[in-house]
Amino acid sequence: MAESIPNAAPASGDGHQDHHGHEEPSFWSKYLFSTDHKMIAMQYLFTGMAMALIGGFMAYAFRMQLAFPGIDVPGFGIVTPANYNALVTNHGAIMIFWVAMPVLIAAFGNYLIPLMCGCDDMVFPKINRLSYQIFLISALVLLTSYFVEGGGFGGAWTAYPPLSAKAEYSLTPLGSTIWLSAVALEFVAFLLGGINFITTAMNSRAPGMKLYDIPIVVWMIVIASILFLVSVGPLIAGAIMLLFDQNLGTAFFDPARGGDPILWQHLFWFFGHPEVYVVLLPALGITAEIITVFSRKKLFGYRTVLHTTIATGVLSFTVWAHHQFIAGVDPRMAHVFTLTTLLISVPIAEMMFVYIATLYGGSIRLTTPMLWALAFIAEFLIGGVTGIFLGASGADVYFHDTYFVLAHFHYTFFPIAIIGTFAGLTFWFPKMFGRMMSDRLGKIHFWGSIIPFNFIFIPLFVLGMGGQHRRIFDYSNFPELSLPWMQDIRVLATSALLVMLSFQVVFFYNFIKSLRSGEKAGKNPWNANTLEWTTESPPPHGNWKELPTVYRGPYEYSLPDREKDYWPQNEPN
Amino acid sequence: MIESIVPAASSYAWEIDYLFTFMFVMVGFWFLACEGIFFWLIFKFRAKDGQRAQHITGDEKHLKRWITIPHMLVLVCDIFILGGAVKVWYDIKQYLPEPQQTVRVIGQQWTWTFVHPGPDGRLDTADDIYKVNELHLQNGVTYHYKLESVDVLHDFSVPVFRLKQDAIPGRVITGWFEPTLEGEFDIQCAEICGIGHGLMAARVFIESGDKHAAWMASETPLALAANVQPQQIGEE
Amino acid sequence: MRPIATTRSTSGMPTGLLAVWWIVASEIVIFGGLLGSYVMYRLSHDAWAGQAANTNTEIGLFNTFVLLTSSLFAVLAHKAAEAGDGKKAARLLYYTIGGAVTFVCVKAFEWNMEISHGYTITANTFWSFYYTAAGIHALHVIAGAIIMAIIARDAAKNAELHRVELIGIYWHFVDIVWIFLFPLLYIAK
Repeated sequence: MAESIPNAAPASGDGHQDHHGHEEPSFWSKYLFSTDHKMIAMQYLFTGMAMALIGGFMAYAFRMQLAFPGIDVPGFGIVTPANYNALVTNHGAIMIFWVAMPVLIAAFGNYLIPLMCGCDDMVFPKINRLSYQIFLISALVLLTSYFVEGGGFGGAWTAYPPLSAKAEYSLTPLGSTIWLSAVALEFVAFLLGGINFITTAMNSRAPGMKLYDIPIVVWMIVIASILFLVSVGPLIAGAIMLLFDQNLGTAFFDPARGGDPILWQHLFWFFGHPEVYVVLLPALGITAEIITVFSRKKLFGYRTVLHTTIATGVLSFTVWAHHQFIAGVDPRMAHVFTLTTLLISVPIAEMMFVYIATLYGGSIRLTTPMLWALAFIAEFLIGGVTGIFLGASGADVYFHDTYFVLAHFHYTFFPIAIIGTFAGLTFWFPKMFGRMMSDRLGKIHFWGSIIPFNFIFIPLFVLGMGGQHRRIFDYSNFPELSLPWMQDIRVLATSALLVMLSFQVVFFYNFIKSLRSGEKAGKNPWNANTLEWTTESPPPHGNWKELPTVYRGPYEYSLPDREKDYWPQNEPN
Repeated sequence: MIESIVPAASSYAWEIDYLFTFMFVMVGFWFLACEGIFFWLIFKFRAKDGQRAQHITGDEKHLKRWITIPHMLVLVCDIFILGGAVKVWYDIKQYLPEPQQTVRVIGQQWTWTFVHPGPDGRLDTADDIYKVNELHLQNGVTYHYKLESVDVLHDFSVPVFRLKQDAIPGRVITGWFEPTLEGEFDIQCAEICGIGHGLMAARVFIESGDKHAAWMASETPLALAANVQPQQIGEE
Repeated sequence: MRPIATTRSTSGMPTGLLAVWWIVASEIVIFGGLLGSYVMYRLSHDAWAGQAANTNTEIGLFNTFVLLTSSLFAVLAHKAAEAGDGKKAARLLYYTIGGAVTFVCVKAFEWNMEISHGYTITANTFWSFYYTAAGIHALHVIAGAIIMAIIARDAAKNAELHRVELIGIYWHFVDIVWIFLFPLLYIAK
């Protein structure tokens, strides 16, 4: 029997089902202190997008410096060496911790999990709200680190001691501590948020929804949360130790007094490597949802995808020291980590094959979300294969800390954080806001982002092959890196970035215009199967008047003996 | 491929270059195959009026083969790549030949100090030559380097050698190289070390035996002390 | 009223239980990282044995006894809650909290003594680990005690009795961390 929510009230702030009707909640309780998972998702989404603008602006500033060293960058000013280091440090930290994670995991996770599982909210709405509040504070703390005396922390997002531990080396006494505190707070926020993802997906599914009926994106976010939980612990311990080194004079990482800077590296990368899978998995999930809908096909191997995801997750804990091949660790360790790193590429390759196979025999409609999802596969393939060069210890001796590494991880992170986000946003926009986005503007934005993206980063592979090392504000001190063709590449990459950034205006225009005057979206504009498409657009508080029951898996498309080419999960047999 | 952009100036540089080209071909094949099939599928199965998608569950054996066979082949390729990587890594980082000379490399915020054994051929003697941001080597000689840091992490990086090694304060790390090409090349610091990280540029001078001996003779402190032109040791 | 989501239990396990195990798992990894780092250091620094000799094993033993006893009270509280006797459960939880308070007071006294002898957090990296690990543990004891007090107050009114088990699980975890800390910091000399 479906459970029903009497008098489902309009979006209200405190998670209560009020049986006596409701007055319109105040601005504060509806928008700022909401416990509704959809509102919290929006909060994470908009905070993440705002931070993306800031992180993107930082990239603009340092790329202008690289293309035109010494230039007075419009909107920023002269980029000093200290500025440069702080810009690259915070660009990296912001994009990973304050854009990719909140948008892919917290925004999409919060929005989709209750809806796709057929329930009325997350299990612990107040903890959910608390997690966002802590997250917001962490973002504000991070931004503060820029404006304190001494300036923002500039020791790279990896924050290796002794540079990060002692103010006499970093020259940013306050900035270092505030930056590290922001990161620690962000970790706490996501640990809290994870509680809801796992309990809701495991315990609150609609009646009839067995484990293998759960949409892949929900699995992905749940597994990502588990990966995050297991990997972040040691780094939280490490962050406490580093904070103490910075402020109390302890010597956890100070070699002069018996400490070991390499310990930090191990603690950091033991988290850092699983972390990249933490953000990859949701993007893979979003891609799966989109390509099934727009090729009208069942996902080629649901269980294969699940098993390879779990395999990848487990393996991700065995590869971390490939970031440390030449760090001064025992050289014999390199063989172990090359083996595990090459191994981990295999399940991911298999997943890519499954996604590509899903297209076979399909009826592919190239809508804007589909373009983004397909671009994810095409571009992530580049990221994946270039990782092999870096995972091979012998080759890494040359490529470590070069732009080859940088181009590799932008070919993974950009598809994850940017392509994945736009794919998800353009796909679920109709559900979230009740209106359709302009497909024409969407396509202009798509091409205007993807083409320049490749012109930024393919050239950077070449620079990396040429020996160009990272985190250098001006290459004119290095004769072999000041060759004219190299500087030409730097200008090309920066110009492409400028083009790509300008096309983002198209997205914002499309977003706002569609919000106001887009064509009204019905419940299910894409003819999709999963449960979120069975309720109003946007869903009311409580999501359904009567919670749905599930009868089948999420990808029953194009069954030959049925009239419609889709079969929603909640339609009785 | 790397050698067409950056000269190879050490005895093991060719190993890395060869490994890279080998991997490029193997990986490149799979990459092009995947992307090619991917784009072909998008074209072939684009939506056509009146035509529905096929119902494929993923259990079909003849279709699953298209995944499991490439899967196995990728694993096989990985084994070759692993073998190559292990060999190259061993040759550069584990194998330590008997040195003909030793140099000390000291990184600090934000310069490199290189300690050369003087004409007597031994380090830590009175005729040692201290140079800032200049490393002078003799072509064809097997060197050990002893890498140290005074303050934070640095990284001794010589692209033409294809060599990198992090310098850790509190430790002395030993490695090796053998220069094979005369000339003057970049030395970098490849681990962010503060605001002056971009200023830690040094140069390596690889010289023939005669030129190198002449350089040593003129630069050694004992000679300088005896010479008319004074030159501060360790400063530039 | 809670969302319906909170009341469902597709996995068979009550939601609160899932949540507590999640929290305990995340804490295990945090403490695991910290203690793992400590063990790595300890193995490569024989000199630390000299420093470790100065921890007070008797006080450590007493505190171990206090925590174990408090865990016993938590177990009894759970039994009472299962039987529906909220007042008894609350009383036993208050005894548990009493153990927590005793633990923290003894620790304060112990640290006071050690600091006055010059064994500060910066005296030696052994002491850095000592204060950091025991300090974070103590914070968890305090936080746990506060949450336990809230749950006890509800239990006395026979409300939310299922939470007595949940805080009990958390409390046992806090206890087990100490069971690891005690030999590492006090016995290994």
